[in-house]
Amino acid sequence: MTTNTAAPERLRPVRRTRTNNARRRESLTALGMATPAVVLLIVFLVVPVALAFALAFTDARLISPTPARFVGLRNFTQLFEDPVFYKSLRNTVYFAVVVVPLQAGLALVLALLVNAKVRGVNFFRTVYFLPVVTSMVVVSLLWTFLYREDGLVNRVISTLTLGHVQGPDWLGDPATAMPAIILMSVWQGVGFHMIIWLAGLQTIPAELYEAAELDGATPWHRFRHVTWPGLRATRTFVLVTITIAAFSLFTQIRVMTQGGPLDSTTTVVFQAVRTGYDQQQTAYAAAISLVFFLLVLTVSLIQRFLTREKD
Amino acid sequence: MTSLLKRISGHAGRIVLALVFALPLLFMLVSSLKTDDQIFGDLGSPRAFLPVGALSLDNYTAMFDRVPAARFLLNSVLISSITVVLGVIINSLAAFALSRMQWPGRRLVLTTVIATLIVPFETFALPLVWWVNQLPLLRVNGFHLEWTTGWMDTYQVQILPFAANAFSIFFFHQFFQSIPKELDEAAIMDGAGWFTIYRRIVMPLSGPAVATVAILTFLPAWNSYLWPLMVVQSEELRPVMVGISYFFQLNVGWGQIMAYSSMITVPILALFVAFQRSFVNSIASTGVKG
Repeated sequence: MTTNTAAPERLRPVRRTRTNNARRRESLTALGMATPAVVLLIVFLVVPVALAFALAFTDARLISPTPARFVGLRNFTQLFEDPVFYKSLRNTVYFAVVVVPLQAGLALVLALLVNAKVRGVNFFRTVYFLPVVTSMVVVSLLWTFLYREDGLVNRVISTLTLGHVQGPDWLGDPATAMPAIILMSVWQGVGFHMIIWLAGLQTIPAELYEAAELDGATPWHRFRHVTWPGLRATRTFVLVTITIAAFSLFTQIRVMTQGGPLDSTTTVVFQAVRTGYDQQQTAYAAAISLVFFLLVLTVSLIQRFLTREKD
Repeated sequence: MTSLLKRISGHAGRIVLALVFALPLLFMLVSSLKTDDQIFGDLGSPRAFLPVGALSLDNYTAMFDRVPAARFLLNSVLISSITVVLGVIINSLAAFALSRMQWPGRRLVLTTVIATLIVPFETFALPLVWWVNQLPLLRVNGFHLEWTTGWMDTYQVQILPFAANAFSIFFFHQFFQSIPKELDEAAIMDGAGWFTIYRRIVMPLSGPAVATVAILTFLPAWNSYLWPLMVVQSEELRPVMVGISYFFQLNVGWGQIMAYSSMITVPILALFVAFQRSFVNSIASTGVKG
């Protein structure tokens, strides 16, 4: 190539062995550092996800003397003929369709309320966040008590309406059980997404608001044209996380209603645990898990697509 | 005038909402100090939220008498803290290798880790139960060791599946990338090895990331329910959340249930109030980066 390649060429072998040694050492050290995490992720995440696919086509049981056999689509035909599965699916979608806009919207209202520069705003943030730190098991147990027919919620309703309205047995009535669980779930989780909205709000430059104010924009206009577009990335995150969490509804059901009354609160994950764990039918539960996985994947992909397209 | 009005209405809204969020928890704490008769008697009035009447710690002592609550508490402390320590070490090491070192396969591993972020635990929890039941286990049987299979009913089945975490790796990775790489080069010039760089340079600079990962590992570990419900049968291995199911079988009074609920909630709430800033920042950073 060029005229003075001879000298570097003679030097290169020496340098290359040195860098090669260092490179190899670097690679080996890196591999050693990554191995514990990679092995654990393979054993406890990649393998079970693959198993969810594989076991769904077998007759595996949790404890069984005979090894699992391949049974083709039997679990799926059984699943699609199971009326409880359709109820679970319907209840899960019902829960998600109400919770996602309700929780995301309320969280945004809370975030706007505590984004103001007024005294004590930190106190309010802390209080709104308290239920998030409290475990869902405790929250479910507490609200089971509050929702009793003679419980606190009905006493408050009765007091506020001067005794004219007597509330129902919230969790015992198929018509009110799911709404009651929705209300409680939003109460518990809304603080989490308030903080995420708040973080998004704080990335919007203050100059944009000042400029809007100089142009004489009303608060609504400022929200519509500065705040809302500024929250685009946050919006996607909030919607996707609430949706996935909503589809995974389980703890509240397990503690509060056991799926009842009349299967009005059975959900997909609850049904999977009931058949897979309580009744030890691993393969059937794997089939439910697989359908659930595809459901979550499809919905979050659609959501990502829609929130991206709107811009 | 209108701005004053707006400020007052904004504050009124904040106060009403604060009551909505705080009162149920206050009710739980206050009720844990009352007898069952008084809990029901106070329901119709604001007294339900006030520590008034004959208050005592009787519910707590009765609860400790009837339920192995101390054991449940110890198990949860043990399981959560080991998960946090292991999680911080294992995930930061992997993130260090992924963000600061050159090696073949680095991109592939990073992409795979990020891809697994979208898989909810619920979708593979049941196959995982079947799977851990097949894993080999070394058990102490009398005076000799023997190999068996099945991780059901152990401590490690409650810890190891959650030690490595894709989100923690991703979070450490993002943080480590903001630390100048020149530091590594200078250290290598001085003869430092990669592990020394990790331990003496990168980790000491990563306090906020460590705090975030620790909090985001601790909370779900302490609050976990679905997993221990399925893999733990014996009483002496139960964590606090599964310990609650004890009460369903025993038919104990609500005062004792409130006492148990308060006992497993108050430490976390106290931790939260004490470290409020880093808690909130750690949650906030999950969304901004996501």
